[in-house]
Amino acid sequence: MSTKQQNAGKTALNFLRNNTVPLMFIIICAVCIPISGFSPSYLLNEIITRLGRNAFLILSLLIPIMAGMGLNFGMTLGAMAGEMALIFVSDWQIWGIPGVVLAMIVSIPFSVILGLICGKILNMAKGREMITSYIISFFINGIYQLIVLYLMGSVIPIAHGSIKLPRGYGIRNTVSLLNMRQCIDNLLAIRIGGVKIPALTLLIIALMCLLIVWFRRTKLGQDMRAVGQDMQVARDAGINVERTRIISIVISTVLAGFGMILYLQNIGNLSTYSAHSQVGMFCIAALLVGGASVDRASIGNVFLGVTLFHLMFIVAPQAGAKITGDSMIGEYFRVFVSYGVITLALIMYEMKKRRQKASIGEQLALAQKEEEQHE
Amino acid sequence: MKEKMASFVASFGLPRLIITGFLLALFILAPIVGVDLPMQITNVINRFSWNAILVLAMVPMVHSGCGLNFGLPLGIISGLLGATMSLEFGFTGPMSFIMAVVISTPFALVLGMGYGALLNRIKGGEMMIATYVGFSSVSFMCMMWLLLPYHKADMVWGLAGKGLRTTISLEGYYDKVLSNFLQINIGKVSIPVGALLLFALLAFAMWAFLHTKTGTAMTAVGSNATFAKAAGIKVDKIRMLSVVMSTWLAAIGILVYEQGFGFIQLYMAPFYMALPAVSAILIGGASVNKATIMNVILGTFLFQGIVTMTPTVMNSVIHTDMSEVIRVIASNGMILYALTRRSEVTR
Repeated sequence: MSTKQQNAGKTALNFLRNNTVPLMFIIICAVCIPISGFSPSYLLNEIITRLGRNAFLILSLLIPIMAGMGLNFGMTLGAMAGEMALIFVSDWQIWGIPGVVLAMIVSIPFSVILGLICGKILNMAKGREMITSYIISFFINGIYQLIVLYLMGSVIPIAHGSIKLPRGYGIRNTVSLLNMRQCIDNLLAIRIGGVKIPALTLLIIALMCLLIVWFRRTKLGQDMRAVGQDMQVARDAGINVERTRIISIVISTVLAGFGMILYLQNIGNLSTYSAHSQVGMFCIAALLVGGASVDRASIGNVFLGVTLFHLMFIVAPQAGAKITGDSMIGEYFRVFVSYGVITLALIMYEMKKRRQKASIGEQLALAQKEEEQHE
Repeated sequence: MKEKMASFVASFGLPRLIITGFLLALFILAPIVGVDLPMQITNVINRFSWNAILVLAMVPMVHSGCGLNFGLPLGIISGLLGATMSLEFGFTGPMSFIMAVVISTPFALVLGMGYGALLNRIKGGEMMIATYVGFSSVSFMCMMWLLLPYHKADMVWGLAGKGLRTTISLEGYYDKVLSNFLQINIGKVSIPVGALLLFALLAFAMWAFLHTKTGTAMTAVGSNATFAKAAGIKVDKIRMLSVVMSTWLAAIGILVYEQGFGFIQLYMAPFYMALPAVSAILIGGASVNKATIMNVILGTFLFQGIVTMTPTVMNSVIHTDMSEVIRVIASNGMILYALTRRSEVTR
């Protein structure tokens, strides 16, 4: 009886330990929603919009986690590839759904090249992938600026003056995507009460989820999981570890490119030099809020994360303004929470890794003792 | 001869060679394209004196094996707390600088100890977590700058009467106190001797510390923690000490930066301040687990040289300002290069 209780206590403790972040967020939201005073239908509408906008981007993070490469801060590279594709497509004046599809196709070569570079560099920095991918995103951002701000219009032909800076080369700070704004969201959109459901976008996201589930079962997916478990064992089993890791990053980058295009068609304009800068941080924070960790993430985490994170994002400024009388407090609060969540998740992951190492050591010592007793 | 060249390039590092060559080219080009060279040299020396201590703050943590201190903003925040409180308590002139140092010290010690304790529990993942500790502390302080009860009229928003401004002018407080102290003018070049002296003093203290018993222990912990433990060194304690030192130096560093710059910058300003310091020390020849005072001096000079020289020289050569892009690519490229050196992958 007592052992049973003990076990129950242990599972409860484990549950708490594994789900600290989502539980924390549920509490924050539960406190903030009544204070903010938003109507449920408004909140529901916002959540569904943001689900369609962000879920695809976050899904792109899953595959590198599977391959044991941690949170891919380099997904920003994919976002930049998507933006470049959108700049070209809007220069060619191809609008609506054909424009979106063409942008996705054009983004693939950019994403693949950037993904290859990123994967190669990460293979040179095994064990510190996250900080390296983080710095890569800064580095490539510099290259992106060089291309978009100086080479486009001077070396790379850009025909339309409307997206060029007045000086004749370089792209303007914002490129209007008005003609493809929400074209995918509005097609097949369903309205229930006051809530608009972008059925096609959600269908695309659902398809992507199925694709990821299927991918996990393929040979390549299994290889990636093996590499994620233990690189040495995987190598002994005849898996080309380096190649597998590069492929996982390339897939992630390509998906992030598609995700960024879906995101921007919802927003309706492209902030050329800043749209991608925060995308990585927000997606990673959202995934972690959904209960994922650095080495384990599921599709469920994505959807729970988007919902909780963006709920907090919508209600925090209003709630902050109501409590302190200053709207900036809420703005800063949500930024703090986003960074705080990532920090907390990283700390918990490292501590878990150490605990596991320690427990393996204990088990070894125990086994040794038993062996000695047998002799 | 060719072999000698190759081995020199290998030991010096190709990116470092490119950056040094680039700066040399800028210096040679400057007079040709009609840039006022003495003025530029003054700028480089001045910016060196503002930034050198922030770069010096990297040294202790690299020595103890904690890697590059991407959590520099935490120390910067202690410095900002000291600066704003010193002004709030009504100190003016040089005294306000001294009080800022005095007030920020306990904050740096306490925050540094907490930060050190955290880093001791997550050995191996320091750099990533340090980055995010920096980010979260900066965004946390954004709320605090609004909420803390500051009331001095020239620091808070005029209308509301509370909440600190984003930039606070130091005129009448410690604007240029160190730079103007013992300033020497040679022709058109002026040298901020006071600020350089403070850096020299701290750098010498660091050098001397690294040669004491504790300092040697720190290097031992960094090069092989298991061996150090076997030799009876208290690894966690030494690592903690290095983090506290780094945090305190960052606090002093930002105060020196402010006295040169003339403004206190709050809110999101400290957010990315770790990256220039990190890339500066790496350009100077340091790596993830090895750094000397010479790396600090050389690196700060090269980095600040490029930051000051590129805009002016580039502007007069091709009439566009590409300096920002070049700075982003060069500094982050340098960090990437250091992170991917295979020989230096520890643990």
